[in-house]
This record gives sequence, C-alpha cells and structure tokens, in this order.
Amino acid sequence: MSELIRLTAAELAEKIHSREVSAVEVAQAHLDRIAAVDGTVHAFLHVASEAALVSAALVDDGLAAGVAPASPLAGVPLALKDVFTTIDMPTTAGSKILSGWRPPYDATLTTRLRAAGVTILGKTNMDEFAMGSSTEYSAYGPTRNPWATARIPGGSGGGSAAALAAFEAPLAVGTDTGGSVRQPAAMTGTVGVKPTYGGVSRYGLIACASSLDQGGPCARTVGDAALLHEVIAGYDPLDSTSIDEPVPAVVAAARLGASGDLSGVRVGVIRELGGEGYQAGVRSSFDAAVVQLQKLGAEIVEVSCPHFEYGLAAYYLILPSEVSSNLARFDAMRYGLRVGTGASAEEVMAATREAGFGPEVKRRIILGTYALSSGYYDAYYGQAQKVRTLIARDFAAAFTHADVLVSPTAPTTAFPIGDKVDDPLAMYLNDLATIPTNLAGTAALSVPSGLADDGLPVGLQVMAPALGEAVMYRVAAAYEAARDAEDGGPLIHRVPEVPA
Amino acid sequence: MTTPTLVGYDEVLEHFDPVLGLEVHVELSTNTKMFCGCPTEFGAEPNTQVCPTCLGLPGSLPVVNRSAVESAIRIGLALNCSIAPWCRFARKNYFYPDMPKNFQTSQYDEPIAVNGYLDVELDDGSTVRVEIERAHMEEDTGKSLHVGGAAGRIHGAEYSLLDYNRAGVPLIEIVTKMIPGTRERAPEVARAYVTALRDLLRALGVSDVRMDQGSMRCDVNLSLSPRDSGVLGTRTETKNVNSLRSVERAVRYEMTRQAGVLLAGEAVVQETRHFEEASGTTRPGRRKETAEDYRYFPEPDLVPIAPPVEWVEELRGTLPELPWERRRRISAEWSLTDEELRDLVNAGALDLIEATVAAGAPAGEARSWWVAYLTQQANSRGVTLDALPVTPEQVARVIALVASGELNNKLARQVVDGVLAGEGSPDEVVTGRGLAIVSDDGALVAAVDEALAAQPDIAEKIRSGKVAAAGAIVGAVMKATSGKADAKRVRELVLQRCAPVRG
Amino acid sequence: MSADPVTSGITRDEVAHLARLARLAVTDAELDVFATQLDVILGAVARVGEVAADDIPPTSHAVPLRNVFRPDERHPGLDQEQALAGAPAAEDGRFRVPRILGEE
Repeated sequence: MSELIRLTAAELAEKIHSREVSAVEVAQAHLDRIAAVDGTVHAFLHVASEAALVSAALVDDGLAAGVAPASPLAGVPLALKDVFTTIDMPTTAGSKILSGWRPPYDATLTTRLRAAGVTILGKTNMDEFAMGSSTEYSAYGPTRNPWATARIPGGSGGGSAAALAAFEAPLAVGTDTGGSVRQPAAMTGTVGVKPTYGGVSRYGLIACASSLDQGGPCARTVGDAALLHEVIAGYDPLDSTSIDEPVPAVVAAARLGASGDLSGVRVGVIRELGGEGYQAGVRSSFDAAVVQLQKLGAEIVEVSCPHFEYGLAAYYLILPSEVSSNLARFDAMRYGLRVGTGASAEEVMAATREAGFGPEVKRRIILGTYALSSGYYDAYYGQAQKVRTLIARDFAAAFTHADVLVSPTAPTTAFPIGDKVDDPLAMYLNDLATIPTNLAGTAALSVPSGLADDGLPVGLQVMAPALGEAVMYRVAAAYEAARDAEDGGPLIHRVPEVPA
Repeated sequence: MTTPTLVGYDEVLEHFDPVLGLEVHVELSTNTKMFCGCPTEFGAEPNTQVCPTCLGLPGSLPVVNRSAVESAIRIGLALNCSIAPWCRFARKNYFYPDMPKNFQTSQYDEPIAVNGYLDVELDDGSTVRVEIERAHMEEDTGKSLHVGGAAGRIHGAEYSLLDYNRAGVPLIEIVTKMIPGTRERAPEVARAYVTALRDLLRALGVSDVRMDQGSMRCDVNLSLSPRDSGVLGTRTETKNVNSLRSVERAVRYEMTRQAGVLLAGEAVVQETRHFEEASGTTRPGRRKETAEDYRYFPEPDLVPIAPPVEWVEELRGTLPELPWERRRRISAEWSLTDEELRDLVNAGALDLIEATVAAGAPAGEARSWWVAYLTQQANSRGVTLDALPVTPEQVARVIALVASGELNNKLARQVVDGVLAGEGSPDEVVTGRGLAIVSDDGALVAAVDEALAAQPDIAEKIRSGKVAAAGAIVGAVMKATSGKADAKRVRELVLQRCAPVRG
Repeated sequence: MSADPVTSGITRDEVAHLARLARLAVTDAELDVFATQLDVILGAVARVGEVAADDIPPTSHAVPLRNVFRPDERHPGLDQEQALAGAPAAEDGRFRVPRILGEE
C-alpha cells in the first residue's frame, strides 16, 4: 500500500504544492486503495476515477505554470457523502428512488470544493435520506467499519467515516442532522464536525430535516478538519438560512490548540450527558478525557441541562414532520424512479414511493404526517418546538459558565450489523448525546478518545455556542495532541488491515 | 344527480339573505419569481423558465423576492390593512402534479396584511364597504394540459403534460370577510368589488390584472341564510370564474340553485364547484372523501419577515393617488355632480381631460372640448376618445390660442380637424392653413369700410343708433375675410366707423 | 394550557389512513409491522408533553435571521433539456404524467 494514503491532508497538500509529488499520483494512490478494499468496506456508491484524475491533473498544470494553488487543499482527495448534488456524478441519497439520478446542478458545497481544487474521488454511502445511525438503511447495502468489518461504521454518514478509517481518502464531507457526522466519527476513530447551523450552505444538500441539517468536514485529524471547514463554510445567498458572517478562524484555533495549553478555558461537563447508562468502556474513556483536559490547564465545571432528556423525543417529532414534507416531491413525475404504467398519476405516485423508499423512511414519513395532522399538531410538533426552545436556553445558560461543553459522542461503541435494524427505538438511542446540538443550532465535533475495552474506538464530543467553533477546535486539537503523545501516535494508524 | 330546480330571483330573496365571500389571486408582475431568479414572462416555450428551485429539485432552496414583498405591503396599505410587524411563510402540504414540491410555500396563520377594507361604488352611486380579512404571499403552480379527454378537460383524459414555467410566480391572495346584507344586489356587489380591486391593483402597477389571461383569478363563496335569521347557511366555493361578468353570473346562479335545494327541503352540500361560461351555471367538482388537511407548519427554509416601520412608511409614500381619492378630488376641483363625474368616467374621458388640464387648460374648457366636439369626431370615426390622433397637450394648445385671441372657436375647430388629419401640431396647422385671425386693424378697417359702403341703408341704421344692425356688417366682414377675423374686434370697428363724426 | 400527552396509541387503521395521505402504497404485512413500531415510538416521543411549556415560544428557526431577501433580478436557470433530463417521460417539451384523477 502506497505510503501516500497514510498521510494527512495537510501533509499531502504540502507535498503537492511543493511539487514533491503530483496531485495525479496522490489521486491514483487513493483510487488504487479504493479498488483494493472497497469491495469489503463498501464506503463508496460511486467512484469517479476519470473525473478525479482530470481534476488532479488540472491542479498539477496550474502549479507547473507557477500559479498559486487555489486553496490550501488544492489537489487533496476527498470523499463526498451522496447527499450533495454533483452534476457529473449520480446522486442517490442512499435511496432507490433516486437510483442513477444525475442532477443538473452542483451543490454550493460541491462548487466550493471544485473551486478549491479538491479532488472529488466519488460519492459515499449513507442511510437512506440521512435517516439512520448505522448506514444499514442504505438501499445499496451497508458499509462496514474498518475496525471490525462485521460492525456498523455509524450513520447516517457511515460511508464518509469508513472511507477515512480505511485510508481510502484523507478528507470527507458528511451531513449532520442528529449526529450523522459525529457519531460515525466516534465509531471509526476519526474526526467529524457539525458546524453552527447556517455556517455551511444547504443549497444542493438533499434535505432531510431542513431546520436541523448541516454539512460538515470529516478527517483523520483536527487540523485537517479545520482546513476543510474553512473551504466549505461561508455565506451563500442561495440559502436563506445561511449566516452572513466571517467563517470562524478554525485553522488558527487548531494550531493554537496543538500547542497543548488550555489554561483559561472553562470546560463544562453536562450532568445529563455524563455517561450514566452508557457502555462501561465509553464511560471510562470519557472520564479519562475530562482528566486529560484538566491536565492541559482547563477548568472543569459541572453544568446541568435539564431539558436534554427530552431532546430525543422532540427530535423524533420535528425531524419526521419536516421529512414527511421534504420527501413529498419524490412522486415519479419529474425525475427518479417511476413504477407502474397505465395506472393513474395517484397510483403511480403511491406505487413508486412504496417501492422506492425503505422501511425507516416510510416509518418517519407516516410519523411526521401524523404529528402535523390537525388535531395533533399542538400536542406533537407544536410542543416539540417548545422543547426545542428550552434546550436552546439550557445551552445558553450552560455557556455562561463554560466556554465548551463535553460529553461522550455516543453511548456505545460500534455494534454488530443487524443488531438494531429491526428495533427503531433502540437505534434512535444512538443519537441522544448529539441531538441537542442540532436542535439548538449550535456547533459540536467528535474527536477520538481512545479505544474501549472491546478494542473499538470511542469519541469525545466537544460543543460550542453558535459561531463559537474556534474554541471547540482549540480544545479538540489540544486533546488530540495529548492523546497522540500518550498513545505514541494517532490511534487510527492501528486500524486493522481490511480483509479482502 | 337531479337537475336543480331553479327558483325565481325574487323568490330567492323572499326566503333568504345571501352571504358573499370573495377570494382573489393576483399574479404579480415582478421581473422574477417569488423564490428564484427565473423570468415570469407569459407565453415562453414550456419548461424554459425554470431552475432547480422552482422545479423543486432535490437540494434546492427558496430565497424571497424583495420586490414581491414590497408589492404585498403596498397592496395591503392600499386596502387599508395593518401590515404585520412579523410574519412567516408556511408549507401547505398536498400532492398534485402541477406542484413540484407537493407542497405550496404560502402563508397560513401569519399573513403579511390583515383587517382592511375597500369602499366599492355601485352603479347607482351608493357605496358598499367590503371588509378585507387578509392578504398574503404565495407561489403559483405549473400548468397542466390534459390530453385525450373532451376539450382538454381533466375528466376522461389519457395523460397530462406539465409545464412549470408558471410554477413559483408570485401570487397575492386577497380574502374578504363575509359580506352580508347585500340582498338582491349580491351579484352586483361581487362584480363591483372585483372591478374596484382590479382598478386599484392596476393603479398600483403591481399586476397586469387580466382575468382573461389568468393574472387575476376569482373564487366566489356563497351561502344562503334564512331571511332575517342571522343563521349562516352552508357555503359553496365556485372556481373558474374568468371575467367580471362571470362573477356576477356565478353569484346569481348559486343563489338560485341553493335556494332551489333548500326550498325542496334538502341540504346544500359544502363543496367546490366550477363555473361553466357557456351556460352560466355551476357544476360540482369531484367529491372528496374527507376535507383536505394541509398539515400547515412554518416553512423551515425561509426566515420570518419583519418589515421595519420605516420601510412600510416609505412604501406608503409610493402609493399613487388611489382611484376613489382621485375621483373625489376631481369632483371637488371641477365642481362636478356625481352624475357628471360618472358620465366622464364612462366616456373614458377622465384621464384625457386631466391631462389637458395638466397641460395648462382651464378645466371647463378642457371638459367641453373632449365631451362635445372631440366625442363627435370620435363617434363619426368609430373609435374611442383615446384613439383619436390628437393629444391632450395639443388640445390645451388650441384652447390657449383661443384664449389669447389668435383663434376664434370656429377657427379652433378647423385647427383640430387639421391635427386629426395629420397635418401637424396646432401651430403648424395654423400656419399651414393660414388660419390665424386677422388681427391687423388696418386690414380690418378697410374690410369694414368696404362692407359699410356695400350696404349703405344698414350703415344708416347703425349711425342712427340701431346697434343691433351691426351684426349684418360683421357677418359680411367675416365672409370677406374667410372667417379669419376676431368677430368681437370687427364689431367694435363697425361701431367705431359708424360713430357720429364730431365736427 | 399544557399539551396533554396523548395516551392512546396509534391503530392499524390510522396508519393505513396516514399512508394513503402520504401516497405510500404500503402492504398489509408492512401495516402490521409499522403499526406496532409506530405505537411504541409514539409512546416514547409523547413525553414532550410532560414538559411544562405553556408560555414558552416555539422555535422554528435555530438561526435568528430576519428579512433575508434577494433583488428582483434574473439568475440563470436550466434549459429545457436540462429540466427534462431526469424525466421518466416527456412530450413536446413537457413532463408527461399518467392521467390525474383529482381536481386542480
């Protein structure tokens, strides 16, 4: 295996921009890696070999002509969750209903990646329409966790996280609606970030829950995630919920954090997300992480967010409601799957949606239709939106006492494929620590916090106020540096070799 | 279905009080659509004015058109509504192929304008105040063509063809409160309201308001209440009302139809009906199993609109003089009676007269010219007044020339004839035809003396004090000068020339 | 007035009705499974009703933005070919769809 695939995005960028190695060579190395292992991992739904090499060659040509690289990440390969529209690649959102669909437009995020000279290797697997915590609800088969291929990589963005952990790409982009970037990061020992709501454009992001969805950077290191964050984030006039503010200086913050000094930073431990009832190995990993942060000079405070326990319930009312409306457009009339001929439009719509959607999507559509029905709106959707306000207030109160808040990212390590797929409620519990951030629209990330006693990765969640990503990256980078020093190097390099 | 028993109109009113409600949808004439930058032009090739947003493609997002919001606020202000300090968009969820997202982005319980009124004038000069419940913003749907059925109708069609050019065009929906107490004038009131609303929207310049083109659509709601009971009856909604006349006819038909149903001891079905232009009747729409539950919720892809007070006041300043304000002012300024004003409006002369006054002519003169001579000219040519090839500025010029003595009324008419014939501006016609009044006294005196010499007995009469006889000499001089003399001056000169010579 | 937590579960008939509303032609087997699962899920999510929130305003937008507009100016869109590119059926530049039963 080429050593290039072991490098971080920052290291690759340095080598490419100094012309020590070509972008084409780097792209090819990763394409070779994908060819070698993706038969097992199944991180990718589509690999765009030709387009990737063309894109990489363009970067090399520019550099050869003495033109400055388009961005600090020009020439670096990336795996893109199949929920962002790409004009030259199919976009399926992990669903049969969009099998083979070629969008006639690029997402703003896609456009920014291209403009930055990033080499898009292909589209990654995901739970259908981003609904799930294990990637088992993908219509195209599950993705396997490179740490243990009989286990889930997390979801909904399991493909992006697995691609990183299998060294198929140094960078990836996912979307996080209730933890879909952070939880897979925890499960695969990688870094995943959910920016402030409105920080990354949703134009071209196939909507799951509009008020919760947010695209975010995924990488193997905090520094790499910061570099990618600064490429994809920023105001977009095509998205009415986009924030018109400068992107937080996360690269600088990560660099500052890497120095390892957190004196003056107040870290809040949320009583309600302290790990009670979580898997033992997850709990102990978290406790050790808190001790580590203290050693780095942070002041640890305990905070209470009493309404967080209602987060799951509120989320599983708000999300299905928005989903039931967002997915109504898939009706076989204008694009996508069409099932049934000679029947009426109504019959074709119903037959197509029945055939094209998987069980989890159907469940949520039905639940959402119910929650919005007249007579039920106040008790369900209406009430959930009020709980949302209370959760936002809990965060605001907590952030008066702490600069960042921490918790375990997920209550367990990666569970076996098939374990929870028939138990929706059990599956939903995966998200209980990550959901409050989506409801409040604040920022959070997951950074690896070691291996549990079962040998599987655990993640530490670091949360910040809206537009407060800088301090979040700083704390994560400091913690990462301390962990690497203690472990004798990033633990991700200990991921077992992927079996053929 | 049994053929409805039609009840005589008078009989309807013996038993029932009609209660009206009108919903009007207005297509705004903005450059671009409500939520995207696609053009809104009428008549383009199908699916050539579309983008990911108005096609509802996966991943697309809406962004509100500022100009549409301004129009909505101006409409609200012109209808005397309160403009909401804070409002939102909501999703109205239902499935239909002409709606790309299978929800319509609209406004539900938080519209931009509420609680206004429109004072509507009826033909007999009386006024009805129609109260406005709300005005809100929403987006239009695409257009469907039904193929294979009868006359392009949806019933019996084999398939349909969809064009989304119209999808996303901004619509303002204006809803009246219930209008009771109109009695036998309900059809007339309905028509007058829609007419007045149309005129208002035209004056605001926010829409083409062409009912025949669909840029203004009217739904008529009607119920019958047992006479003097105050108890509301069951309401029907009638769509496909495509002209002002149809509004009136639809109301009238529904009144008689519902009366027939009720008097036969049956209940009126709450339903949506379709107006049939050819027969002037309504027929029921397809019966639905249950009332539609649109599952409204706030649109998460759009943020609330909170128009600052300064902006609303700035927009209030852009309101033109509204039609009834203008009529009130003109009535006062020109001292017209209501009947006189109405005649002018009906003759289509109001704008022309106003423009003539604006060009400097006195109101009475302006009115007189347009209502008398020019109307005569228009009639004999078989055209409307505004189609005559003479402008208000030109008419004002002619009036000014008469006032200064350069023309008399007879000459003035010849000048106008010249302008109508395309000979040029009034001044050019005067020169071209040599129509200027002879004002040179010398020439006039000579003409007077000649006329006096030709009629010595008349001259004698004038000299002996019979001043009235001067008329004959004036006539002779006018004839001799081909009318190009100021008759008044000629008469003065005649009397002067006949005055006793003082020794 | 606090929202009463809904104690009665969701019936199979209700699920069938909701599926129809959502244009999902679910099978009988699915109805059985979904009805049970949704009943359990509803029981869990109904606990939002336990929170005293009478005078709490609902949040529909996490981001406190207001008055986001665009100017009334043209922005390039799609041409007819692009618009129809993914269409299951098209005719004369329009999307061709099976006969529609409902009214406009």
